Parts: sequence; C-alpha cells; structure tokens
Amino acid sequence: MTATHGTTTRTAAAHERVEVTLTVNGTPRTASVAPRRLLSDFLRHDLEMTGTHVGCEHGVCGACTVLLDGAPIRSCLTFAISVDGRELTTVEGLAADDGTLHPVQQAFRDHHGLQCGFCTPGFVMSACGFLAENPDPDEDQIREGMAGNLCRCTGYAGILDAVKQAAGAFAGSATHPCEQHRVDADATDGHDREA
Amino acid sequence: MKPSAFAYHAPHSLEAALDTLAELGEDGKVLAGGQSLVPLLNMRLAAPAALVDLARIDGLDTVEVTDREVRVDARVTHERLRTHVAATDAIPLLREALDWVAHPVIRNRGTALGSIVHADPAGELPAVLALLGGHVELASAPGRRTATADDYLVGPLESDTRPGELATAVVFPRPEPGTGSAFDELARRHGDYALAGVGVTVTLDDDRKVRRADAAFIGVGATPIQVPLTDALAGQASDALEPDDAIDLARSTIDPEDDIHATARYRRHLAGVLLGRALQTAAARAAAGGTA
Ligand SMILES: Cc1cc2nc3c(=O)[nH]c(=O)nc-3n(C[C@H](O)[C@H](O)[C@H](O)COP(=O)(O)OP(=O)(O)OC[C@H]3O[C@@H](n4cnc5c(N)ncnc54)[C@H](O)[C@@H]3O)c2cc1C
Ligand code: FES
Ligand code: FES
Repeated sequence: MTATHGTTTRTAAAHERVEVTLTVNGTPRTASVAPRRLLSDFLRHDLEMTGTHVGCEHGVCGACTVLLDGAPIRSCLTFAISVDGRELTTVEGLAADDGTLHPVQQAFRDHHGLQCGFCTPGFVMSACGFLAENPDPDEDQIREGMAGNLCRCTGYAGILDAVKQAAGAFAGSATHPCEQHRVDADATDGHDREA
Repeated sequence: MKPSAFAYHAPHSLEAALDTLAELGEDGKVLAGGQSLVPLLNMRLAAPAALVDLARIDGLDTVEVTDREVRVDARVTHERLRTHVAATDAIPLLREALDWVAHPVIRNRGTALGSIVHADPAGELPAVLALLGGHVELASAPGRRTATADDYLVGPLESDTRPGELATAVVFPRPEPGTGSAFDELARRHGDYALAGVGVTVTLDDDRKVRRADAAFIGVGATPIQVPLTDALAGQASDALEPDDAIDLARSTIDPEDDIHATARYRRHLAGVLLGRALQTAAARAAAGGTA
C-alpha cells in the first residue's frame, strides 16, 4: 500500500489488508481489512460493535444507519477504506456513560417505538441526523424523514410519536441530537469528556 | 451479500484518476457515492476487478452558477445540490426533483452526477437533464469531450461512459425567462424509485399564453421519455389550461412496462394524471413571475 493521504494515490490490491482507522464514538479504532470490507462489517466483525444492525445489505431497510461526521449514512453502502480517517457515531455512542438514555432512545422507549428491536439502531441514528437538520419538524416532515427506514413490527405510529417527543426534548436541552447524551451530574464532577 | 474482491485506488487528483483509469481499461470502475454501485456489488450483479474511488480527489466538488447554467462537479452530493441556494434559485426544478431523489440518508452520499451516469430510467436527474437540454462533461487520459443528454442516456442503466472515462461535471442550462417548471411523481414509499413521474417546463408569452411546453417522463420507458407539448398547448391561457390533448399525446408516446409494483396500464394512466397536475403548477408558476 502507498501512503494514505495528501498528494499520493492510495492503492490496495484485492486481497491486501490495509490499516483503516476511524474515530468511533470519540475513540480512534484501527483494524486491517481488505478493500471490499463494508463499513457495517468493519463495525460488527472487526471492531465487534454489534449495535449497528444489517438487514438488507443493499440500502433499502436503513438498519445499518450510522453518522459519518455527523450526517446519517448507510454503512452497508460504504467501504471502510473509503472513509478512513473520518468520524463515526454509532448507537453505542448515544447513551451517557452512566447508562442514562439519549433523548431519542428515551423517546423510543416511552412510545413503544420498538418491538423486536432489530430496526431500532437504524431508526435512532436516522432520527438523530434528521433532528439535527430539522429541529422543529411537523408530522409530514417526520414521516418523510423516517421513510428511509423499515420496521416490520411496530406499524410505525410509535416511532413517529417518539421522534416528535425527541424533537421537543431537544428544544429545551443543550444536547445536540447527534452527540452523546451527558448527564448533568457529569458536568459538575470535573470529569470533562468529549461529547 | 458481500462484494467480491476488488483492487482499490483512491487517487488524489483528477490527473492521477485518469491515469489510473487508462491503465485499468475495462477492469476499472468509478466509485462515487456508492449508493447504486455498492448494492450491485453486494448482490454480485457487478464484480469489477478494480474500483477507482473519487473520495480523495482534491477538487471536483464545486457548484458553479452563471447567467446561463448551473454546473455541478462529480463529487457534489444530491443533498449538497438540493440545499445549494444559488443553484436552486437559478433552477428551482433542481430542488423539486431532488426532493424526490431517494431518502435523505442516501442523498447524503449519492452524487447528482452519479445518478446521471447510472441512468436509471426512474431516476429524476436524468429527466431534468434531458428536459433542460443539458450535457455531461467527460475526461479521459487522451482528452475531454461533452455529450448531450440525448446522446448520453442510451438505455436502462446505460449511459455512454466509455472505459477509461470519468464524468467530471454535469451542466444544466437555465430555462429562458417566463418559464415555470414542476416535477411530480408517485412512489410506493416516499424516497423509493417512482412508479412514474414527470418534469415539465412551460414558457408564457407577454399575454400569459403558452408559447412553449415540454415534458420528460421517468419510469415509463428505457430512458427519460421527452414529449414536446408546444403543439398541444400553444396559445392557451395560463390560468385556463386544458391539458387533455397534451395528456393524450403523452400517453401514446410513453412506453411503460409491467412489473411487480404496477401494470403498464396503470403507469400509463398515472403518467397522464401527473402530467396534468404538473402542467397546471408550472403554468401558474410561470404566470407568477416565472421561476426561470
Ligand atoms: C434505497 C435507495 C433508493 C434510491 N432511490 C432513488 C430515487 O428515487 N431516484 C434516484 O434518482 N436515485 C435513487 N437512488 C440512487 C441514488 O440516486 C444514487 O446516489 C445514484 O443513482 C448514484 O450516485 P452515486 O454517487 O451513489 O454513484 P455510484 O453508486 O458510486 O455509481 C453508480 C454508477 O455510476 C458510475 N459513476 C458514478 N459517478 C461517475 C463518474 N463521475 N464518472 C464515471 N462513472 C461514474 C459508477 O461507476 C457506477 O457504475 C436510490 C438508492 C437507494 C439505495
Ligand atoms: S442493511 Fe443497510 S440499508 Fe439495509
Ligand atoms: S421493531 Fe421489529 S423490525 Fe422494527
């Protein structure tokens, strides 16, 4: 492999394993993978972070949605090597360190926005990205914003209610929809963490 | 559902990319946003020996708006173009069409130009390009060329992109003053490819009568189907449009097929209904000052 960034073309042979480093939920994580490694599999197999789910693997269901530099993307339609060096947020990065749920997660819980839970990480990440772009959405906007994710259990009503509640929760909070939730007590104990 | 192995190249410049593509020839495939290519790779409907990723190219990421046109480079995503105020003020049809392109999450990575290269017959942007009479700019190691929408969009999932070539930009001409436009479609789920859809432009004269009208349909033929409607509508007042002749003409021109989602008959009917609505909207917009 030639150098990674800057003015040099990066190349890798078909079966060559190359080092890919991503900042995942604030922590740099590295693994050696072949070019064909999907970002979804990089997370699940190489980093053993199985919060990101894989349903259809062709972009239709949304279960694999993660945030790339804050914007939601399909991890099953992205190669890990393509996004080497960038920042990811996965569902594991949302709850506070003490386990307190992120407002989007709490809203899904409050409104029964999940049953089997398979689709949930994708919906939660899509909702985070959606609310960052649309802080005060009406119901049509919520429907359209969530239309890229499929759920085979809930019938969607609870999910839409959850996104609505979450929008309200952010309106009065300092938490950015795409960042890890921080509990107030945290801020006072002098333990300063990158959100 | 995993892609077969491929060699990977992420060139840092356009020149390096063209050299790499020239070396690879038939073996090389361009990777832009991956939102159409990666599904094909995952399903093993395509298995190129090598991918040339545009992700690390320095440049190719500008949207340029002039008096005459909007020029969009290869690395510009759907979402960036959709939210580009100067570009969508210059050609409001771009924004309306892009609202229909896939889901927000897909638009975050998929490129506008990539959807034209991909040439899905239900894709919105190929139809906009055809309707506005735009063109694609292509580069290869030996040189550069441009291709008009009509020459470039040759069939379903087939554009005239040759081995070793990189599409560098797409150029959408601005419609003449006094023109209103509209895009309407129906999909099973908002953001999915349309069952049928249509983009239209209507240009009025000083008396607010139709001087020129055009439509381009998606999902009802191998490529965007263009239907010139000036003969069917010329001279009609913008606030009393009678689109029946235009609808009949369109229904007899398009060539829809049956598939799992809808019958050809339904698609033909739907295309006419959408056309009627889009024409009314475009004429009203033209009368309200022209969206140009
Ligand atoms: C669930 C889902 C729904 C979708 N719905 C829609 C929809 O409603 N309407 C719509 O229009 N699209 C839709 N898309 C497709 C989306 O618009 C893609 O972004 C687009 O078709 C391809 O752009 P890309 O940048 O992702 O290209 P890629 O997937 O990277 O490439 C697609 C093809 O074009 C070639 N290519 C791309 N860029 C260049 C270039 N600059 N030079 C030479 N060759 C190039 C590639 O080699 C490949 O063959 C959908 C996709 C998904 C997954
Ligand atoms: S697994 Fe990625 S969209 Fe279904
Ligand atoms: S909760 Fe089961 S798929 Fe959504």
